Amino acid sequence: MKLITAIVKPFKLDDVKDALKLAGVQGMTVSEVQGFGRQRGHTEVYRGAEYTVDFVPKVRVEVLADDADVDRIVDAIAEAARTDKIGDGKVWVTDVESVLRIRTEERGTDAV
Amino acid sequence: MDTGNTAWVLVSTALVLFMTPGLAFFYGGMVRAKNVLGMLMQNVFSMGLVSILWVVVGFSLAFGDGGGWVGNLDFVGLEGLGDVEAVLPGYVGDFALTIPPLVFVAYQMMFAVITPALITGATADRLKFSGYATFLGLWLLLVYTPVAHWVFSPTGWLFKRGALDFAGGTVVHINAGVAALAVVLVIGKRKGWPRETMPPHSLPLTMLGTGILWFGWFGFNAGSALGANNLAGQALINTHIAAAAGMLGWLVAERIKTGHATTLGAASGAVAGLVAITPCAGFVGGLSPIAIGAAAGVLCFLAISLKFRFGYDDSLDVVGVHLVGGIVGSLLLAVFSDLRVNSLGADGLANGGGSALLADQLVAVGVTLVFSFVLSYAIAKLIDVTIGLRVTPEQENEGLDTSQHAESAYAMSELGAMGRVS
Repeated sequence: MKLITAIVKPFKLDDVKDALKLAGVQGMTVSEVQGFGRQRGHTEVYRGAEYTVDFVPKVRVEVLADDADVDRIVDAIAEAARTDKIGDGKVWVTDVESVLRIRTEERGTDAV
Repeated sequence: MDTGNTAWVLVSTALVLFMTPGLAFFYGGMVRAKNVLGMLMQNVFSMGLVSILWVVVGFSLAFGDGGGWVGNLDFVGLEGLGDVEAVLPGYVGDFALTIPPLVFVAYQMMFAVITPALITGATADRLKFSGYATFLGLWLLLVYTPVAHWVFSPTGWLFKRGALDFAGGTVVHINAGVAALAVVLVIGKRKGWPRETMPPHSLPLTMLGTGILWFGWFGFNAGSALGANNLAGQALINTHIAAAAGMLGWLVAERIKTGHATTLGAASGAVAGLVAITPCAGFVGGLSPIAIGAAAGVLCFLAISLKFRFGYDDSLDVVGVHLVGGIVGSLLLAVFSDLRVNSLGADGLANGGGSALLADQLVAVGVTLVFSFVLSYAIAKLIDVTIGLRVTPEQENEGLDTSQHAESAYAMSELGAMGRVS
């Protein structure tokens, strides 16, 4: 089992969600986050004083997947989130040791 | 007694009262979220403390018959002012009031409430509440009431000398503006200023406050005609035009200098214009409020960068806007004042008047600057070394809301909701 984590532009969340549903993904977790990569922040001006804002608002999408589905899901996310402009984000995959569905106590791939 | 005049001053009293919560929102939006309640409280608290001080002794010190320098104790506890026939010292002949004395007391009370509240913008994020409360009371009695007596009361020495101040350019804005500078020099900079960023947490709140201030300022300036008449109408339109011109002046200047026209700039420029027209409102006419407002908008925008050059932390630019705007208005009055607008005024330089008015205005501005600065510094220093005027560094990090008032402004999350202790 793998955990797919994607950082995407906030306005792309709906596209990513639809693409994941199309790819057969049953559930996901999203959170509002801030950060920066190659895309830097922006400047704001208050009463003539300029401030830099380094952290850019992003959305983090987390999906648990079977090993066999991972490449397909990663591609679906990337395709949906891509604008070809700087700051499109990243997707990474990590190993997951165990998963438990709390209500049914299913474990492992059954719980994904 | 004139019922129409009375009705207008009653309404104006309510309008000016509304400016203080307006100011609270104007300032409150500009501070960080952990300090917004502290800022609102410092302003609203003035409505509590100053109102009581005013009826007990403040009005008497400002408008009692004590000669040119300060009032006296004749009106302590509003003694005798319930009588509609009571005549306030100096308010005879051309200056005779056509409204009940109590209405005048109430109207002037709202000026006394907002003036010290103006100072809190400069000292944002770091005043200890007990120290502030003490400062507020002492400043009202020792600084505000004498200056109000000199300038507003017909028995005051600056009034008699010929200095003009329709609604408080010296008494309110220069007085509070230079006091703000003095207090800031006593308590020092906010931790981390100017290296750390301390951006406004809610410019929508600031814009709401700007709207309330602009609205209430009609009572402040047009109400100072003390009648429902042509002069009030002139003061009202002057006030509105100057606010508009102030906004445009500031926006043009900041667009040229920083590349953007900002909402905070629009709000600040409007307030700068309103400040500058305050002394002039009932003495000028024609298109002069455009010049006065625009000059204030540009000059106040330039003035707010002075704090970075000289290193004083005037957090929300009370010096840059109220002190500078007040001086701009008080001096431009000597240029644009027009006897055709107000026969109790004078002609300024642009209307064939001599330089006598300019001299009187310079004296009024200079004396107010020195008196208010020295006394405000002394009061602040005295409080600072006794009960303390500034919060501890830990309390400053924590924010005024929880450290001074045990409250938070925004409960945005249900996570970690509170548990009841008692």
